[in-house]
Amino acid sequence: MASPFVRPFGDIGLGDRPSVGGKGASLGELTRAGIAVPPGVVVTTAAFERFLAALDGDGTIRREIEGLKADDLPTITRASTAIRQRLEDTPFPEDIGAAIVDAHAALCGGDGGMTVAVRSSATSEDSEDASFAGLQDTFLWLRGADAVVRHVRTCWASLYSTESVNYRRRLAMREEGLAMGVVVQQMVDARCSGVMFTRSPTTGDRSVIVIEGSYGLGSCIVSGEVTPDRYVANKVTGDIKDRAVSQKTMQHIPDRENGGVLEVPVAAARQTLPCLTDAEISTLAAIGKRVERHYGKPQDIEWSISQTDEILLLQSRPETVWAHRDATPIARVAANPLEHVFAVFGGNR
Amino acid sequence: MSQTGRNAFPLPSEVAAVPGTEGWEDMYPYFSRFRPEDDKRFWFYNSMHFPEPLAAFGATTAEVPYTALGAFTTRVFVFPTVLGIEHRIVNGRVYITSHAVTDPEEIGRRLVEFQERAGFYYQNWTRLYGEWKERMEALIAEVSAIKVPELPEFDNIEMVLSGRGVAQNHYVREAYHRTIACLSTMWHHHFEFLMLGYGAYLVFFQFCKKAFPEIPDQMVARMVSGIDVLMFRPDDELKRLARCAVELGVDGQFAEGVSPADILAAMETLGEPGRRWIEELDRSREPWFNISVGDGFYHHHRSWNDDLSVPFAALPRYIRMVRKGESMDRPTNALRQERARIIEEYRALLPTDADRGAFDQMLGLCHTVFPYVEDHKFYCEHWFISVFFNKLREFGALLTRNGVLKSEEDIFQLRHQEIDEALCDLMLAWAAGAPCAGGQHWQPIVARRKEILERFKDWNAPPALGPLPDSVEDPAVQMLWGITSESLENWSRPPGGTDGNELKGFAASPGVVEGVARVLKTAAEIGEIRDGEILVCPVTNPSWGPVFGRIKAAVSDIGGTMSHAAIVAREYGMPAVVGTGQATKRIVTGQRLRVDGNTGIVTIL
Repeated sequence: MASPFVRPFGDIGLGDRPSVGGKGASLGELTRAGIAVPPGVVVTTAAFERFLAALDGDGTIRREIEGLKADDLPTITRASTAIRQRLEDTPFPEDIGAAIVDAHAALCGGDGGMTVAVRSSATSEDSEDASFAGLQDTFLWLRGADAVVRHVRTCWASLYSTESVNYRRRLAMREEGLAMGVVVQQMVDARCSGVMFTRSPTTGDRSVIVIEGSYGLGSCIVSGEVTPDRYVANKVTGDIKDRAVSQKTMQHIPDRENGGVLEVPVAAARQTLPCLTDAEISTLAAIGKRVERHYGKPQDIEWSISQTDEILLLQSRPETVWAHRDATPIARVAANPLEHVFAVFGGNR
Repeated sequence: MSQTGRNAFPLPSEVAAVPGTEGWEDMYPYFSRFRPEDDKRFWFYNSMHFPEPLAAFGATTAEVPYTALGAFTTRVFVFPTVLGIEHRIVNGRVYITSHAVTDPEEIGRRLVEFQERAGFYYQNWTRLYGEWKERMEALIAEVSAIKVPELPEFDNIEMVLSGRGVAQNHYVREAYHRTIACLSTMWHHHFEFLMLGYGAYLVFFQFCKKAFPEIPDQMVARMVSGIDVLMFRPDDELKRLARCAVELGVDGQFAEGVSPADILAAMETLGEPGRRWIEELDRSREPWFNISVGDGFYHHHRSWNDDLSVPFAALPRYIRMVRKGESMDRPTNALRQERARIIEEYRALLPTDADRGAFDQMLGLCHTVFPYVEDHKFYCEHWFISVFFNKLREFGALLTRNGVLKSEEDIFQLRHQEIDEALCDLMLAWAAGAPCAGGQHWQPIVARRKEILERFKDWNAPPALGPLPDSVEDPAVQMLWGITSESLENWSRPPGGTDGNELKGFAASPGVVEGVARVLKTAAEIGEIRDGEILVCPVTNPSWGPVFGRIKAAVSDIGGTMSHAAIVAREYGMPAVVGTGQATKRIVTGQRLRVDGNTGIVTIL
């Protein structure tokens, strides 16, 4: 599997971001840190560049894009459609295709029913900006190597969507060096899923871990279609200090026929039960604490628990809302420790 | 919360008299009665220190601490924003209010003084506290040594031979005044350090709340608390005595329900091993059994030394544990390591060097002052007070021998100035060779006051009186009494309301358990507790220590996260909810409860 085009998560870390993209690097980093994530590989930027070289050896396409005016949507759309057509028509480089097929076979381990997700993994610094990341594509519940190869190409093509191109034009970004990794990762048929913040999203408190979870796949939480259960654990002691169990009327389950998800109702008896046991809350919190320590800053995490009770992280990224506040100390080192007492009792509460 | 104009608590002037208690006002000094202008202020019931009706002498055990507390905050250390505490007594209960300083100029003027005065104490804390312990031991020795004159038919011949020229009756008054003066000295020593100690804690507490808005109070307490605190020593002595009993082979004498007198009598028949166990017992008793089953404010809260049945009740269980080879030792090393880990982890979560540096400074100050905060109660409220009340009983015995009182305990039905009067009567009668007038005067008064106290017991004292403040801003008040705006809100909700099966208090020690309630209104009922029950009580103190080995969870009416029940429950790793305001009124023995020490909610199931 030592292909320069396809690298397993276990072989990559944050430092590989330029060649595997942000999402791939982060999943690799978690895997290396011993955190369970659904296994996967990244189709590297080298693969994309190879493909692009075959398609646009003389740089015509790149120059054409750089010549487009931001927000001139009719022109951009025309260019985009043409480029994407060429991308679809260009034969997939054989060695890259073979490497993907091999990696896929290794991921499936002989399980023909295994499904994977294919997601774009952008290398741009701006990719942490949700507005950019959102322009990239994600394809779920893909079965079989052919589908994977096909969707890797579609991900690459998404870089040339109208929105994506217009976004780059608005920022006047150079096309040279534009690249993308593509993550190919096992799907988790989740019993429940959610998010986890390693600080309080409401108060910014770094000594708590807030976990939100609901039945099924995480998509219904992210989209706000259910009010998830909310659990708060103390990061230092692991004690669970709050449990707010809500009524979870529906859940998302994999739509294996069409890809994507199906919305199904939750049985009445289960709606108001907690979706996590105390042991699961504690384990999740311990994982959150480890990930935060690994990165040295609070994290915003997506997780799932599989039908076989395996706890897996799908994503971890730095918390950004409260992070700016951390730079301002709430107290100073005093020349004399008693100054703290004098300040409080001097009426400066 | 007061924006609604709602007045959830009765005004002092609206407090109804308890039927059958007419004339109760004479039991307490005039200055302790509510005045018309008191209706404008907010008062809360100090049920932490005064959970039962006060006998007449109890007015003194309330008034002396408040003279000392206020003196040290208002006049000695000159706290910039807070003066002392005013107290009032109604229907036998003590209500208090505090005085704040709000004028910025005045605060500034006081701050200059405070910096110099408090600064000196903080900077020399360890030396001064070392000297304090010596002073307290000397004071306890002094009050113990006070000789209550016998008033024999003829004065002692030594008086004549020494040419001293002062007769015995003179010493009656002198000894009494010295006894009362010692009480006052003790309370002054008590407050010499206490408010500064709490002050340092508060500073750290506020910092933690700002840095970690969701940090439980108990976690701040855990970072600050000492491990080897005197509070655990009396219980440790019982464990030692249990081990001695097994080693000496005299453990067969200890069974549930056997009285201490029978056990001691049996020891006498066991020869050398029995004698040796009694020697070990005597070693433990001084000073460690000078621990009151109350908080130092009620004469009827006797010490372990006065009533061995309380400590002895714990011995059979400890002896069984020794026989089974179960460890009874507090895991002090593990506790110390856990404390260090918690401190280090919170510290590491602070985002900047400045925050971490300030955290170190504030916590360092707490660790300097906390040995006093944690240990002073043993010296003051327990050891000194146990000796003090017994000294007063000697005066009670003197008055009883001379026909003024019916029993020595009756002395506590008189105010301290009335005792002075009664002793004067005695001094005159002894000098005149005539009978005392006091028997006819005092005995009906004593009998009447006992009736009144009985009636007062049934009075449901409101948790507070007067207009509800917007918030209780004084952090010292919050911490000392476990009162916050939130708990005021809880208390003002009538029992049996919409969530009549729930009580909310402070989450003092984490965990959730269900079990059967045992409501103990006074410490004298300690013997009623059964293994595995949930203790529901007004407030606990160190003498309740052995109980914690038997219960599953603790719930109290009063107390904050630094209260005794909270500290001991954390140590034993059992859930505790403190400061519920009304647990002993709303829960009855035998009910099933769920105690959630994480959220501070007690549910009656």
